Amino acid sequence: MYRIVSAIFLAENIKKFVIEAPRVAKKRMAGQFVMLRIEENGERFPLTIADSDPENGTITLIVQGAGKSTRALNGMEAGEMISDLVGPLGTPSHIEYFGTAVSIGGGVGTAIAYPTAAALKAAGNYVITINGARTKELVILEDEMKAVSDEAYITTDDGSYGISGFVTQKLQELIDTGRKIDFVLAIGPIPMMKAVAEVTRPYGIKTVVSLNPIMIDGTGMCGGCRVTVGNEIKFACVDGPEFDAHLVDFKNLADRNRIYLKEEKESAESGVHHCRLTEQM
Amino acid sequence: MDAKTITTKERLAIPRQVMPAQEPEVRVGNFDEVHLGLTPELAQMEALRCIQCKDPVCIQGCPVNIKIDQFIKLIAEGDFLGAARKVKEDNVLPAICGRVCPQEDQCEKLCVIGKKREPVAIGNLERFVGDYERLTGQRIDPVVAPPTGKKVAVIGSGPAGLSCANDLAQFGHKVVVFEALHEFGGVLMYGIPEFRLPKAIVRDELDGLCRMGIEFRTNVVVGRTITIDELLDEEGFDAAFIGVGAGLPWFMGIPGENLVGVLAANEFLTRVNLMKAYNFPNSDTPVFDCKNKSVAVFGGGNTAMDAVRTAKRLGAEHAYIVYRRSEAEMPAREEEIHHAQKEGIEFQLLTIPLEFIGDDQERLTGVRCQKMELGEPDDSGRRKPVPVEGSEFVLPIDMAVISIGNGSNPLIKQTTPDIEVSRKDTIIVDINTMETSKEHVYAGGDIVTGGATVILAMGAGRTAAAAIHEKLSNTAKRFEES
Ligand SMILES: Cc1cc2nc3c(=O)[nH]c(=O)nc-3n(C[C@H](O)[C@H](O)[C@H](O)COP(=O)(O)OP(=O)(O)OC[C@H]3O[C@@H](n4cnc5c(N)ncnc54)[C@H](O)[C@@H]3O)c2cc1C
Ligand SMILES: Cc1cc2nc3c(=O)[nH]c(=O)nc-3n(C[C@H](O)[C@H](O)[C@H](O)COP(=O)(O)OP(=O)(O)OC[C@H]3O[C@@H](n4cnc5c(N)ncnc54)[C@H](O)[C@@H]3O)c2cc1C
Ligand code: SF4
Ligand code: SF4
Ligand code: FES
Repeated sequence: MYRIVSAIFLAENIKKFVIEAPRVAKKRMAGQFVMLRIEENGERFPLTIADSDPENGTITLIVQGAGKSTRALNGMEAGEMISDLVGPLGTPSHIEYFGTAVSIGGGVGTAIAYPTAAALKAAGNYVITINGARTKELVILEDEMKAVSDEAYITTDDGSYGISGFVTQKLQELIDTGRKIDFVLAIGPIPMMKAVAEVTRPYGIKTVVSLNPIMIDGTGMCGGCRVTVGNEIKFACVDGPEFDAHLVDFKNLADRNRIYLKEEKESAESGVHHCRLTEQM
Repeated sequence: MDAKTITTKERLAIPRQVMPAQEPEVRVGNFDEVHLGLTPELAQMEALRCIQCKDPVCIQGCPVNIKIDQFIKLIAEGDFLGAARKVKEDNVLPAICGRVCPQEDQCEKLCVIGKKREPVAIGNLERFVGDYERLTGQRIDPVVAPPTGKKVAVIGSGPAGLSCANDLAQFGHKVVVFEALHEFGGVLMYGIPEFRLPKAIVRDELDGLCRMGIEFRTNVVVGRTITIDELLDEEGFDAAFIGVGAGLPWFMGIPGENLVGVLAANEFLTRVNLMKAYNFPNSDTPVFDCKNKSVAVFGGGNTAMDAVRTAKRLGAEHAYIVYRRSEAEMPAREEEIHHAQKEGIEFQLLTIPLEFIGDDQERLTGVRCQKMELGEPDDSGRRKPVPVEGSEFVLPIDMAVISIGNGSNPLIKQTTPDIEVSRKDTIIVDINTMETSKEHVYAGGDIVTGGATVILAMGAGRTAAAAIHEKLSNTAKRFEES
């Protein structure tokens, strides 16, 4: 059992958890994730380790309520226990000195990009962050991002905060103004990552994305997380989750992620667990 | 008939006793075990069929050399618990091996009775004694030697790890088992379905191991959560045994394999067994909705049979096995092939898939196949299938399950570079001791052999335990002398 030390909402539907997991805290590196199972009948699902505190033996997770499991997790409070948590999984981000590195986050992708952005900064890169949200209320980690950026931009789709428009527009603008960009990291919804890949492709800028296929075991045993990268089959949980954006087959990823749409809806509506959660409270 | 007075002629006249089973029409509607087990009367009758050979050749067919003649004799005499203990001298998991061993290729294949008649049902008898001990609550836990003060890490809780842990604990060593998943048992838990191996049996075995003082830890991926070097250097383990299994499913590399609806057998079975997807939405993990659909499983091994029979139980209207050779070449246990046939599984033999076909949403709709015929025997003596010109056809299917085997998980290799591996990424060991190229580190089971069997994995675990014990005893002595 893994104890929740603190749980606070950062934005509507996005919650930050600090969880006791000493071994994971000691080992994790930027870009790695954990698999969780909240309770006995729960599913296993992946979350990126946003931060860790090896001294206190805790890790930080930032969770967006997407369906049944993430919403159930977001309903949990400090002091409650999570059945299973395993990690750190996945290949750590490849960090080196590139020169100027742009980290792009979309939605909760901002949280997933944060640790890698911080590591890029620590490696001496000039870090530009561009974080997008649909609207002002959904902007997260603004201060944290600023702290690891040489330049930090926020975009909102509806223009209610920061720059009006998509993250890709800001990226294009930077390129157009002649800024030399050596590396781009993009994490967020699939269409966003695909769009970033298309922006950088003509300029040959090395671009990395963190893929989010459906995972079950997270240890390379089931093959469920396979993605097509450069026409090869890769297992995102062991070979990734970060891959060269210009080689990823995004359409295939998007199609495969829809496979259980009907069941996910049914599961979210069945409410079986919400009852159990209320009992515990 | 009395075990003491029965003549050989009388023994030979007894037909092989049939184990009661659920009727095929009934069992395709549930996940309960197919076989119901021998009654004590049936078991005793079957045991009388063994002529108690002076040279029991059957034993040579058993990878762990169970004293088959002796335990069968005890059954014939009605001493079922004695028989259970006799088996356990060589195999700590009789209820499991009796169920899943490919007996027809091992012990029963060599049984002399089998030359003219059906061989003695050694596997069924082994299962019977394991069940008898458990179901009558008369299980006696093995005696554990006084603590040696030595500590061994067992990595992976499949049959290799569990049998190694058992023996090490009996020798008096402190054992900690580290498992990556949230449940113990490896393939016994997440691969082999309930209808073939009830999970309660595996859990019962695990309880027994806990009572021996073995410590079990879930959610530890060795290599990621902690490395082998850290276990040895920082956490005070004197030795480590690696039993991490195969994992890493192979795909066929044909077009369309990434369509929605094409999955590896491991994924399908993990969803259903480990994550209890058959109980969706009471459990959160979904599985492809097979009801009234057509499902094809590609492969001919135990995993393929398990997957196809699972699909049938989940309501598939058509559940196909697509296999490139003929039935005789299928690596699956004979019994499982027969069960599958009775359950209405449709066999497309001598058939290879060429391409998966999907709709505009990338959902699988069918598979283009080609018929094969058997040509000349190849190096392995098996007749090699060759394609038949103009025999292509499309099989309409909604789900495809790939079950053509597993490679080795590269995690240990990546994180412990001083352990030597083969070109196929299996760990190289000294087969007499199971020691790897890294001192104090041993390995066994599928990670060494590639996908094999439960009993071979267990045998490897035991060999390693004996070698580890010897090594640790010697080091202890060295310390005393100095
Ligand atoms: C490596 C990785 C890191 C991630 N990190 C974070 C993070 O830090 N914060 C965060 O909020 N989200 C993260 N996600 C996404 C998160 O795992 C999914 O939102 C979550 O699993 C959805 O489950 P659900 O039951 O709440 O929703 P569902 O209703 O089941 O699904 C909603 C959508 O989530 C995806 N999904 C469903 N089940 C899984 C699964 N088992 N594995 C992966 N994706 C699934 C599917 O695309 C689905 O359409 C990450 C995903 C991956 C692969
Ligand atoms: C569906 C199916 C049906 C089968 N049917 C039969 C049958 O009828 N008869 C038969 O004899 N054989 C059968 N087999 C084969 C048999 O199950 C295997 O040969 C046997 O289980 C191998 O045992 P093992 O202990 O080496 O590994 P496994 O049983 O694979 O166990 C390995 C364990 O290690 C864990 N692990 C992996 N990596 C790590 C890590 N880094 N850290 C910690 N833990 C880790 C895994 O999660 C797993 O629990 C079948 C296999 C499958 C998949
Ligand atoms: S363990 Fe397997 S091979 Fe050995 S006697 Fe039992 S069934 Fe036969
Ligand atoms: S070979 Fe057959 S008959 Fe002979 S001892 Fe073994 S089981 Fe009995
Ligand atoms: S999640 Fe099973 S192989 Fe990656």
